[in-house]
Amino acid sequence: MAIVEHTDSTGLSGEDGVRRRDFINIAAVSFAGVGGIAVVLPLIDQMNPSADVLALASTEVDLSAIQPGQAIKTTFRSQPLFVRQLTPKEIAEADKVDPSTLRDPQTLAERTVDGKTQWLVTMGVCTHLGCVPLGAGEGENKGEYGGYFCPCHGSSYDTAARIRKGPAPKNLEVPKFSFTSDTAILVG
Amino acid sequence: MSFPWAEQYTPKNPVMVWIDEKLPLPRLAYNAVGAGYPVPRNLNYFWNFGVLAGLALMIQIVTGVIMAMHYGANDLVAFSTVEQTMRDVNAGWLMRYAHANGASFFFIVVYLHIFRGLYFGSYKAPREMVWLLGLVIFLLMMATAFMGYVLPWGQMSYWGAKVITGLFGAIPVVGEPIQTWLLGGFAPGNASLNRFFSLHFLLPFVIAGVIILHIWALHIPGSSNPTGVEVKGPQDTVPFHPYYTAKDGFGAGIFLIAFCTLLFFAPNFLGHPDNYIEANPLSTPAHIVPEWYFWPFYAILRAFTVDFFFVPAKLLGVLAMFASILLLFFLPWLDTSPVRSGKYRPTFNKFFWILVIDVLILGWLGGAPAEEPYVMMSQVAAAYYFAHFLIILPLISRFEKPLPLPGSITEAVLAKYGKTDGEPVAVPAE
Repeated sequence: MAIVEHTDSTGLSGEDGVRRRDFINIAAVSFAGVGGIAVVLPLIDQMNPSADVLALASTEVDLSAIQPGQAIKTTFRSQPLFVRQLTPKEIAEADKVDPSTLRDPQTLAERTVDGKTQWLVTMGVCTHLGCVPLGAGEGENKGEYGGYFCPCHGSSYDTAARIRKGPAPKNLEVPKFSFTSDTAILVG
Repeated sequence: MSFPWAEQYTPKNPVMVWIDEKLPLPRLAYNAVGAGYPVPRNLNYFWNFGVLAGLALMIQIVTGVIMAMHYGANDLVAFSTVEQTMRDVNAGWLMRYAHANGASFFFIVVYLHIFRGLYFGSYKAPREMVWLLGLVIFLLMMATAFMGYVLPWGQMSYWGAKVITGLFGAIPVVGEPIQTWLLGGFAPGNASLNRFFSLHFLLPFVIAGVIILHIWALHIPGSSNPTGVEVKGPQDTVPFHPYYTAKDGFGAGIFLIAFCTLLFFAPNFLGHPDNYIEANPLSTPAHIVPEWYFWPFYAILRAFTVDFFFVPAKLLGVLAMFASILLLFFLPWLDTSPVRSGKYRPTFNKFFWILVIDVLILGWLGGAPAEEPYVMMSQVAAAYYFAHFLIILPLISRFEKPLPLPGSITEAVLAKYGKTDGEPVAVPAE
């Protein structure tokens, strides 16, 4: 029986030794593979942010009560947002730095809105591993460069919230925002 | 493996005979951990830690399933349901403290288990697969412990979740989508807590499955022993039961005494007080540190503070931290010395203890704040850790002159008690 089958299959072998049965084998297994992937994809994708998480609103922030030298923390897309009014001294310190010497070169002007350089709006998320840097609250450690200091792994940011020291690779992120009036901004 | 002289399973009771013919499960147990499994006669107390790790896993599974009966995996109630377990559930405080301290004890025994293997060359041929499976268990343990720590939704829980998923965010290009996928959002939230609960429940059973493979792989060549000399004949072994069941039972008693001492008298000694503060997404605690059993790896992560060519410091730290464990997968091929046990390797012996001290220092540095001189010390200690495995160990294996090995396990045992003359010399197995 086995011998008969063997002779049969060799008899059917066409040119290059490729049989129709080989094609059917590959086609069948490939189809099962496609089916397998189609099952696995939704099993993975269910872990991505759900519709309610993605339906993120923008945030309006009232700046009227923030004094020069003061910062507030609020939330934007469930993460902390720092809004700081810089003092002239802090602006001068930030402008004094040659951007080309920085790990992530940016000037203060590039990080703020024209004519309103004193308003520094950044995410309060350390670009290393995501802790909230200290420095926004009164009396908190602002680090060596007078901006923010992340307690998790020791990253220091300057008065323009640019990374100056430690393991973080980027400056604190500036989200998309615009002034809706002289004392209010819309983030997002 | 069963040596040819292993005792045979012969059921006498008709019920056992009936079972043996249908499903020989008692036979399997007899041959695996019963009298049917001969084990080297000279195992010291460092060979207790495998059983203790199994015991620790059982404590975690039992207390964990109980905790899950009272826990609400939702960011609004998670913290308060844990408090409720502590205050209102009958013996809930006991379950919770046993589970929390159980994790610490699990890591204590597993670290001793690993260093036992490192010293006595338990990773060497023919036991490489035992070692590799053990490392898989270790990685699963760390993942499980991490996700469990997130569940109470305290400050350390929240920021630990953020930082550890942030490790994946360091991967170029695909990193951020992976982090978002892990968290189910842009920051830890209810979606993260929910899935971590589900996976924290699942993984211990995966660990139990890999442990079965670990034990199976161990039972093919049988246990190693402090001399590193293989079993040569029946005189080198004793049946596992009752000899090692009794010895393991004694070890388990000591383990439980130590465990209960901490559990009842200092249940928060190994924990972090900030996890009694509910999670606050707007404020990272100033003194954030991971659990003590992650400290050595945390110190390696933090040691990288400067960019190297085009690789950012953040990615370097993450790579180094994972590499510090993945490196161990290659250990059987990095240590090429034919001598197994560190007892007969004078140079290896010294460097082994330096490594132990180095890892302890790394642990201490991981718990210290991220400032000088700790950062610089972490860099030195981390560099030494890698140098040990990648440079020192291969060189020692090549140039070291080992001490003379005993002819057999029995010879070593008898020499220890000064009874060398007149005793039978080892007879090779047939």
